[in-house]
Amino acid sequence: MIEEKFDAIVIGAGMAGNAAAYTMASRGLDVLQLERGEYPGSKNVQGAILYADMLEALIPNFREEAPLERHLIEQRFWMVTDRSHTGMHYRSDDFNEEKANRYTIIRSQFDRWFSREVQAKGAIVISETTVTELVSDAYGKVIGVRTDRRGGTIFADVVVIAEGVNGLLGSRAGLRPAPKPEHVALAVKEMHFLPRETIEARFNLHGDEGVVIEAAGTISKGMTGMGFIYTNKESVSVGMGCLVADFAETGETPYGLLETFKAHPSVAPLLEGSEVKEYAAHLIPEGGYNTIPQLFGDGWVVVGDAAQLNNAIHREGSNLAMTSGRLAGEAIFQVKSRRDPMTKQNLALYKKFLDASFVMKDLKKYKDMPKLLHTQSHNFFLTYPTLVAKAMDNFLRVDGAPKLDKEKASIRAFVKERTLRGLFGDALRLARAWR
Amino acid sequence: MKILVCIKQVPDSAQIRVHPVTNTIMRQGVPTIINPYDLFSLEEALRLRDRFGGEVSVLTMGPPMAAESLRKALAIGADRAILLTDRFFAGSDTLATTYALAQAIRKVERDYGAQDIVFAGKQTIDGDTAQVGPGIAKRLDLLQLTYVAKIEACDPEKREIVVERRAEGGVQVLATRLPCLITMLEGANEVRRGAIDDSLRAARAEIVTWSAKDAEIEDISKCGLRGSPTIVKKVFAPTPRSERAAFVEPATSGGDSAEAVIGAIFARQPSLEEDMAKLARGF
Repeated sequence: MIEEKFDAIVIGAGMAGNAAAYTMASRGLDVLQLERGEYPGSKNVQGAILYADMLEALIPNFREEAPLERHLIEQRFWMVTDRSHTGMHYRSDDFNEEKANRYTIIRSQFDRWFSREVQAKGAIVISETTVTELVSDAYGKVIGVRTDRRGGTIFADVVVIAEGVNGLLGSRAGLRPAPKPEHVALAVKEMHFLPRETIEARFNLHGDEGVVIEAAGTISKGMTGMGFIYTNKESVSVGMGCLVADFAETGETPYGLLETFKAHPSVAPLLEGSEVKEYAAHLIPEGGYNTIPQLFGDGWVVVGDAAQLNNAIHREGSNLAMTSGRLAGEAIFQVKSRRDPMTKQNLALYKKFLDASFVMKDLKKYKDMPKLLHTQSHNFFLTYPTLVAKAMDNFLRVDGAPKLDKEKASIRAFVKERTLRGLFGDALRLARAWR
Repeated sequence: MKILVCIKQVPDSAQIRVHPVTNTIMRQGVPTIINPYDLFSLEEALRLRDRFGGEVSVLTMGPPMAAESLRKALAIGADRAILLTDRFFAGSDTLATTYALAQAIRKVERDYGAQDIVFAGKQTIDGDTAQVGPGIAKRLDLLQLTYVAKIEACDPEKREIVVERRAEGGVQVLATRLPCLITMLEGANEVRRGAIDDSLRAARAEIVTWSAKDAEIEDISKCGLRGSPTIVKKVFAPTPRSERAAFVEPATSGGDSAEAVIGAIFARQPSLEEDMAKLARGF
């Protein structure tokens, strides 16, 4: 066999891997990308919402060609109890702009398109190939990979690890610890097919407009988690996710939660008559800033979910993945163009870029949030939603009781459940974690 | 040995979705694959090459995107890939397809040397005619061995091949001289995973792409819709049967359950009960 050597090998063809491969290939680097799925996108699962800005930084005219579903004009946040939801909705015609900011996408279709763009830039993409091992030299520098196919090592100056949340390869190579159950969420989702017109009528949409519903409360049965409903062109994605540690502790099942969510009186009418054609499950890194592993080393960088780059509070992941991939590619290109070796010291440039970007700034801002929501999950997901629903019911129900008594009763309920000290404490902790 | 394998890119029938509203097939986003039956022929071709040396070419006719399937065949281990693509070929039935492919195979032989064996799939999973392999053999005047379960022996020197062929009522062992056309049965072998260097070679390979003119096809009127006498008059879904299976509640004893089942059958087929009664009187 002729020894193969590339400038860079990218492991994985998700958002992060594609962004890295695209960036490097479009700058003339000799790139090999390896994907274990049948084709890029076949194994990738997301809600999915695409944030345009981060893709635009890579492919400015993506709107003309990428398979996009609906642009989002409305966001609904729901605090739910078993029989109610208290909602905050924001809908604006300003979101109907020429270059919309957020789109729903179907990853299996989107990723195939993205991969074709990567290949058009000259990267070699090989699917159905799992990288089994990072190969290092005597000094511990990563110099290539071995795969589950026959044949020897494929060499590269640098390996970009974009293998996703499980990170088996990185863990096995000792580059990062295996993710802990309290740091990953397990999300399940179903695709419900409905006629276009039905979706538009039910969700109050015109043309390609779309809406997102995110719901938290008693549906997660006291666990840290949430449900979501995203509108696609001819389908609705419905999902539910909770921390793996919570599932383990409570014995609840993901599909059980999803069934409960789908049967919720606020959700069921939206899905009525639909046909389920697909279901999927995926892990989401939720540990935030404090769980980010070492991001670079001699001959390697790690990007996207594999680097735990996910903003659970804003439900942003793919854009962090895409940006980290782009910045890693950019850093590698710069090191390469200076003809410097891909050492840990030189690849620190990637971390420098990342620190200066929104990725690290956002994750730092919310660094205490995942822990707070996890340790206080009972209060945030059961007690408060129930109290709020009670207060709303109290406020709206006309039954001859004086309004002042009603207000007092609502306030008393809050104090009784959480005590004044508890209420102030929660508010303070939340404010602190938000800041 | 020089071996040519005809393959076809087909929609992955396991992943085809029917539009819940219009009941039409949703082609968008349905992955395409190499017709699964063709893979057994490709594998057998590669095994012969590995044993006797030589080269395996793969040939397909289809739209430009069929190049994907050819690349996959290269990644499995084929040496050369040829794509026959032209709008003149659109709408071909099996008669027109075999004409174009046979002409292209002649061109392959002119460019790359005479082929010892032409392989084709038993049938496709989208058309299911099983006519193209035999059709090519007829047009090229090749001996044909269809539904081959095993290649028992092959001697390129003596130009002879012995195969096991699954036929109605048994297995035939047939010896034939080369060149010939073979269609392999499913399950005849286990299709290999190509090595990583095959994948790299496939990704970089130039796919030989021929238009009708490039392939030096003599009579263009025999191609595509014009050359296809088959006319699809109508496509319809069979009406579902109105009769439903009857459910018989289990009784406490086995005998009672049997009575209930027999009763349900007789209720629907009264003549059966009479016949049975007559028969019983005969004993």
